[in-house]
Amino acid sequence: MTDTYARLVNHGLGRDLARKLGLPQPADLRRYRPGQPLIDGPVLVRGSGPGADRIAAALLSWGLDVRRHAVPKERLGGIVLVLDALEAPGDLEQPVLAAAPSLRDLAPGGRVVTVSRVPGGTPATAAARQGVDGLLRSLAKELRAGATGNGIVLAEDVSPTAPSALGALRFFLSGRSAFVDGQFIRVSSAEGRLPDDADAPLAGKVAVVTGAARGIGAAIARTLHRDGATVVAVDVPAAGDHLAEVANGIHGTALQLDITRDDAGQRIIDHAVHRHGRLDVVVHNAGITRDKLLVNMDQSRWGSVINVNIAAQLRINEALLASEHFRSEPRIVSVASTSGIAGNRGQTNYAASKGGVMGMVRATAPLLAQHGGSINAVAPGFIETEMTARIPFATREIARRLNSLQQGGLPGDVAEAISFLAGDSAGGISGEVLRVCGQNLVGA
Amino acid sequence: MPVDRQPQTVRKAVVVGGNRIPFARTGGAYTKSSNQDMLTAALDGLIARFGLQEERIGEVAAGAVLKHSRDFNLTREAVLGSALSPETPAYDLQQACATGLETVLGLANKIRLGQLDSAIAGGVDSASDAPIAVSEGLREVLLDLSRAKTLPQRLQILARLRPKDLAPDAPSTREPRTGLSMGEHQALTTAQWNISREAQDELALNSHRNLAAAYDAGFFDDLLTPYRGLTRDSNLRPDTSPEKLASLKPVFGRSLGSEATMTAGNSTPLTDGASTVLLASEDWADAHDLPKLATVLDGEAAAVDFVHGKDGLLMAPVFAVPRLLARNGLTLDDIDYFEIHEAFAGTVLSTLAAWEDEKFGRERLGLDGAFGKVDRSKLNVNGSSLAAGHPFAATGGRIVATLAKMLHEKGKAGGRPALGLVSVCAAGGQGVVALLEAYSAGTTAGDIHD
Repeated sequence: MTDTYARLVNHGLGRDLARKLGLPQPADLRRYRPGQPLIDGPVLVRGSGPGADRIAAALLSWGLDVRRHAVPKERLGGIVLVLDALEAPGDLEQPVLAAAPSLRDLAPGGRVVTVSRVPGGTPATAAARQGVDGLLRSLAKELRAGATGNGIVLAEDVSPTAPSALGALRFFLSGRSAFVDGQFIRVSSAEGRLPDDADAPLAGKVAVVTGAARGIGAAIARTLHRDGATVVAVDVPAAGDHLAEVANGIHGTALQLDITRDDAGQRIIDHAVHRHGRLDVVVHNAGITRDKLLVNMDQSRWGSVINVNIAAQLRINEALLASEHFRSEPRIVSVASTSGIAGNRGQTNYAASKGGVMGMVRATAPLLAQHGGSINAVAPGFIETEMTARIPFATREIARRLNSLQQGGLPGDVAEAISFLAGDSAGGISGEVLRVCGQNLVGA
Repeated sequence: MPVDRQPQTVRKAVVVGGNRIPFARTGGAYTKSSNQDMLTAALDGLIARFGLQEERIGEVAAGAVLKHSRDFNLTREAVLGSALSPETPAYDLQQACATGLETVLGLANKIRLGQLDSAIAGGVDSASDAPIAVSEGLREVLLDLSRAKTLPQRLQILARLRPKDLAPDAPSTREPRTGLSMGEHQALTTAQWNISREAQDELALNSHRNLAAAYDAGFFDDLLTPYRGLTRDSNLRPDTSPEKLASLKPVFGRSLGSEATMTAGNSTPLTDGASTVLLASEDWADAHDLPKLATVLDGEAAAVDFVHGKDGLLMAPVFAVPRLLARNGLTLDDIDYFEIHEAFAGTVLSTLAAWEDEKFGRERLGLDGAFGKVDRSKLNVNGSSLAAGHPFAATGGRIVATLAKMLHEKGKAGGRPALGLVSVCAAGGQGVVALLEAYSAGTTAGDIHD
């Protein structure tokens, strides 16, 4: 699972050699550790209009070192480009070009975050707003040394300092978003609130994680626990030994359960409520692959993947939506996949199931809204797991480097995104798919 | 100043749940696992299921029948290696195959008396990793050697060694006082009660079918945690048939005058495994938001004089059960589930035959006639040792956790909480039996008030 190449080109002789030969140099990413500052160095807030002022004020209130004008040669932790008042494509030029020279001063692991609005309004306004999409994605590809660029897109009537706008801004600026690059989070409402303790955003919550015995699921369980949640770790009975290890490591409980059982949803609710008194978060992570070219696909490969990866989620969600125990600002987060967006040879069944997850998330969002709830998906790209470690060497090397950060993500990177979406500050974000892929070059 | 002493009332001891690792035939998946490894794994699965990490449990009691001398503190060492609080005390117990059940009864009694609020009972055995001792001759030489002070003394002692002293002393299931193996002893009893080969094979077949069906229904999903790649008991043969069982050659009782009927199919194989049961007071279970599956009502031990051939080696439960039921004002007809440990199919069938025998009832049990008949549809309904295997000290925990879950699912029977009977025979002519009841708040058949 270790990325030997990345280690080699980041130290001593290997680093010099890679530089001279122009080889890719994947950086050590700035990843979140509890207690660390939100971001290292000052944050430059650019953009005209009241939105920029209000965001700058919010960052100041978090104790950040905020700049409204660049100080030459000063290393910057991040740049926030507030573009919420664009009316025509011409409006982009001034703020964008004004911020441009500061990119040179962005520290390794720095952050660029745009704040703009959902395309709409007059054709000119829509053009300007949609322009931010192309701008940001291209800019993200120009950043180096583990720096990332991401955007927040506000619905028409949502303030730039709405709880979820600020929540998303915190997420993007922090080390929690290390492997999220070139992505947008849309904030559709003023729901949600920022946590009292940024290091324990899930304090007091009970979260269920399926497929928690290993890999990404185990990382999710550990991350939710680190962020304050009590975790119910679910996996098939056959994975019970690894599951017990995970549960015992995070003071949670292990529930050995086949999620394709008809009563799986009810059993999850019963366990959480009887043993922990409540149920706030369900993370649908359990998934399987049964790869085969479609021409050679058989019923069992197709059927089992659809059943585990999407049909089971639908059934469990039905039970959750019907339960009186899942009505206090509940959160559902599903693990999708970039395969479901861009497609992947040999994975028609898997990609269909993961595409299904994204469709399901979008359609379930309005059903949860009445309880202040939200549902979102996270689509991981190439993540270093036991599963991807089995990919043949050359294929794996290519898959790893094929993104703006030139490396695979870690299970914890996916978990960070899920933990963010599981928290109170994500209340205004629903029906969205957030990619954790280092800006994979394939797909959207 | 007078101190308020706790009132000496008896309270309920409830079974919260259990956990075991799949049982493995000796020489299989757990060949390289020690008793301590397996018991720790069983504990960690239990801890994960019930969220007991860093919890100080009142007491943990477990044991092993085949035990290394280095494992003098086996259970405590397993606790220290587990996710429980290291401040959890533990002790080892050993009563041959009744070890596991006896840990349940002893701890349940402590809970009933208010000495403990929570406890974990258990047992483990490995026939794969069995201790092998040096011969008596070598042992004496080594001990004398350690006491010798001079070189000539040492040489003199070493000179006493003979080649035969170097042969190790492997453990066996032979009874020290008769030299007969357990199987040979049972063969005598099986023949005495005229138990047919077909009846034994049928019982074995039912055990496999019942256990396989229970696995398929997900019954063990919250009773078992996989270990070392095993997710089911490796002895289980879901596809076994009367024909396959009938084709096996007898292995015990071949020197008896009568036909030999006991085969590898209707006898339990040597097995490795571990089991645990979480016991608690009602208050402790409630305070921890944990389920209360069943109440441990009562237990009884018995022993028989097998040395002089008065009774069969494994027939002690035949005497223990009537005493237990009489004390609780119950008969066999009141029992909803029977869990009679299948050391051998012949053991179970000889036990049932003795209870159905008028003469035996009158002359040996002191009753007016036969003790009674066990409804076979209530016997070992989720399989027993013939299918699951029998890691000696782990069997009691397996049975108690299984039965507690069955009783909980049954709930009430005929307007009162469902009742279950456990019967385990053991080496040395011993037997331990226990009575459990589906948990219900309030008074129960077994409540004793002072």
